[in-house]
Amino acid sequence: MIAEIGHFSLVIACAFSLLLTVVPLTGVARSHGGQMAMARPLTYGMFLFTLISFIALCWGFLVSDFSILNVAQNSNTQLPAIYKLTAVWGSHEGSFLLWMLIQAGWAAALALFSKRLPLVFAARVLAVMGMIGVGFYFFMLLTSNPFDRTIPMIPVDGHDLNPLLQDPGMIIHPPLLYMGYVGFSVAFAFAIAALLGGRLDASWARWSRPWTIAAWIFLTVGIALGSWWAYYELGWGGWWFWDPVENASFMPWLAGTALMHSLAVSEKRGSFKSWTVLLAIAAFSLSLLGTFLVRSGVLVSVHAFATDPARGTFLLGFLGVVIGGSLLLYALRASKVVSYSRYELFSREVMLLGNNVLLVVATMVVLLGTLLPLVHQELGLGSISIGEPFFDQVFMWLTIPFALMVGLGPLVRWRRQKWADIQKSVLLAFTLAVLLGWALPAIFAERVSGLAVLGLLLALWIVFASVAEIKMRIAQRDNILSSLVKLGPSHWGMVLGHLGFAVTLIGITMVQNYEVERDVRLSPGQSYSEHGYTFHFEELRAIEGPNYHSDKAVIHITRNERDVETLFTEKRFYNVRRQVMTQTGLQVGFFRDLYIALGDELGDGSYAFRIHYKPFVRWIWAGALIMALGGALSISDKRYRLKRQSARVMGQTSKGTPL
Amino acid sequence: MNPRRKRRLTMVSIILVTLAAATGLVLYALSQNIDLFYTPTELVEGKGAAQVKPEVGQRLRVGGLVVPGSVERIDDGLTIAFDLIDEGPAQITVEYTGILPDLFREGQGIVAQGELISSTRIRASEVLAKHDEEYMPPELAKALKGIEHVPPANQQQEESDNGSGGYE
Repeated sequence: MIAEIGHFSLVIACAFSLLLTVVPLTGVARSHGGQMAMARPLTYGMFLFTLISFIALCWGFLVSDFSILNVAQNSNTQLPAIYKLTAVWGSHEGSFLLWMLIQAGWAAALALFSKRLPLVFAARVLAVMGMIGVGFYFFMLLTSNPFDRTIPMIPVDGHDLNPLLQDPGMIIHPPLLYMGYVGFSVAFAFAIAALLGGRLDASWARWSRPWTIAAWIFLTVGIALGSWWAYYELGWGGWWFWDPVENASFMPWLAGTALMHSLAVSEKRGSFKSWTVLLAIAAFSLSLLGTFLVRSGVLVSVHAFATDPARGTFLLGFLGVVIGGSLLLYALRASKVVSYSRYELFSREVMLLGNNVLLVVATMVVLLGTLLPLVHQELGLGSISIGEPFFDQVFMWLTIPFALMVGLGPLVRWRRQKWADIQKSVLLAFTLAVLLGWALPAIFAERVSGLAVLGLLLALWIVFASVAEIKMRIAQRDNILSSLVKLGPSHWGMVLGHLGFAVTLIGITMVQNYEVERDVRLSPGQSYSEHGYTFHFEELRAIEGPNYHSDKAVIHITRNERDVETLFTEKRFYNVRRQVMTQTGLQVGFFRDLYIALGDELGDGSYAFRIHYKPFVRWIWAGALIMALGGALSISDKRYRLKRQSARVMGQTSKGTPL
Repeated sequence: MNPRRKRRLTMVSIILVTLAAATGLVLYALSQNIDLFYTPTELVEGKGAAQVKPEVGQRLRVGGLVVPGSVERIDDGLTIAFDLIDEGPAQITVEYTGILPDLFREGQGIVAQGELISSTRIRASEVLAKHDEEYMPPELAKALKGIEHVPPANQQQEESDNGSGGYE
């Protein structure tokens, strides 16, 4: 019964999205205020019924209603309650329902917080959100209904959730990632609405910017969380695999980062507008492409889900409509967009342009590396694989100019900058970075690697250049503290974002150059030493878990005769799926992680272990969090909350329709 | 040329040069880092119509089924060697030092990435096993004709049809 309510609500939500597509736009065409005003209630309706549907599915999982196919395939009575909820989005159908819930949620938030937008514009934006909704609701109802029944053959027990996904990190990773993916649909809707209206101006950029940054924050944290999960859960000790699914989330992130910076130029200087629109379209299209790649099963990876040609075809068609339609609209309207501002070669505009070019190139590289094997195979040229070495090499080269610009950009003024004015600060910061970048590994590491020096140099350059920039901004003021505050949250957001990037860069550099990985053979009572740490294998215990049994190795770590920690690493055997999972033992530190994973029994009571020494690995994720924090700070800037200041600019097309 | 045009020209040329450099870099990296995929039979008899065989020392990927009973530990026990087959007559050996993935099993499909050390022997740097019950490397699924990928939905159906509780 509850499942039917859920199914029915989904159909109603779909109807709402259809109305939301049609009614406000006809209202705009006929200048009918009432019809335009319908956009908001229709959006709320879409969200409400999606929510009901989602709750119904959650309920089905919680009470283990195996008459729902989706529940039977992905849950089990023995599964702990929290993972029953995770299982809701662990499956293909459920994850799409979550996707839609989030999409409707963004739309509802947009309806709620867009009161100061001119009605015409709000109606258009929400209608575009409705259009995206139509595509996805039909996709779910036609090809992947989460409420399909198993009646009359109801299984006694469910299939259980993939043990890889039975992990606290997986509870919030997909929702966060989806918040990011789907969040770009807002930026997309703004861009399309602006194209429809034929007006792109600074106020459009100002409205769009906080939403874009919000989506970017979620995506950043989501990707970081996924990387962290892979690090401790997959048992290989890697934090990024250039796996197609990771790439699918990384591409919108790169495009979104470019979009954020390009929006800054559009808002502050009125330039790059058509480019910004193109990036907004690209960011959302890449999110959709990611969904297609992951969900259609054309790419096979750790995360690949069910393969069903109908789903793939539908998603591909939808992708074609979205990309084709928006590009067509762009082609028709973009010629009207005129950028009026002027700038010289050495100016912040050009710096940001450089940043955009590099980010777009990076996006293309990831896209190429992800799709080329696929195309190659489809053309009958045989199977190839493009993996880590390719991406690592290209990204290393791209990072060098990128990091240099991240540091230099904020020092450079809008419009034009005389090199002589910043020469001193730049040279000082760069010299310091070079010296320290070389000195730190020379003092603290047993060997100096060229790449480590390069990475540290770039990261430190960003740090010192940021300091120089702040110093320059407050140079003329007397009261340092109040002038630091006066820089404003948006400025500090930028600084934090850049520093976060530097922190991540340091983490990546250190891990790539100084990590140690050892496969060792130990029997109980034996020890192994690495980097001054002694790993003592004490014993192996047999443990019974709720839906698994496991062998648990107890490893005692000491350093210079002093206790560090006792770690546990397990091999779990999940009963229902008959699947083995390794649980790693981690000793977390500010400067390094110790990581140990249990391997197979080698006979005679000894076991294989994989021991890692990972310097600065936490910094990779800490940097991502700092970047996200910077984003949050930017959004909190007051200028995004100014009342209707720019309404009249957009209001001209609305023929004076009052709000 | 007026200054504005000159500036534009400079900008456009900078972008073009950057893009050209990036393209060159990508192509170079690709030429260095593309790994071809071979099945055991292709490795022994050559690949495609031209019967191209890989050279010793070449980096490549192989995929096949692990021959049951062929898994042995050599030296200190951390190095593992096992044989791979496909539907052809050829059999090759893969050796790997380290911990095998959780889902590595005899009789199952795996993909190994590594270097050819003799005409039928590969030293793998990475072994990928089925990551879950739905994982089958597409190149492998294609190469091993007759092993059709069964989506779990149908799989479950079959199970409930023949009433077996086992999943493998």
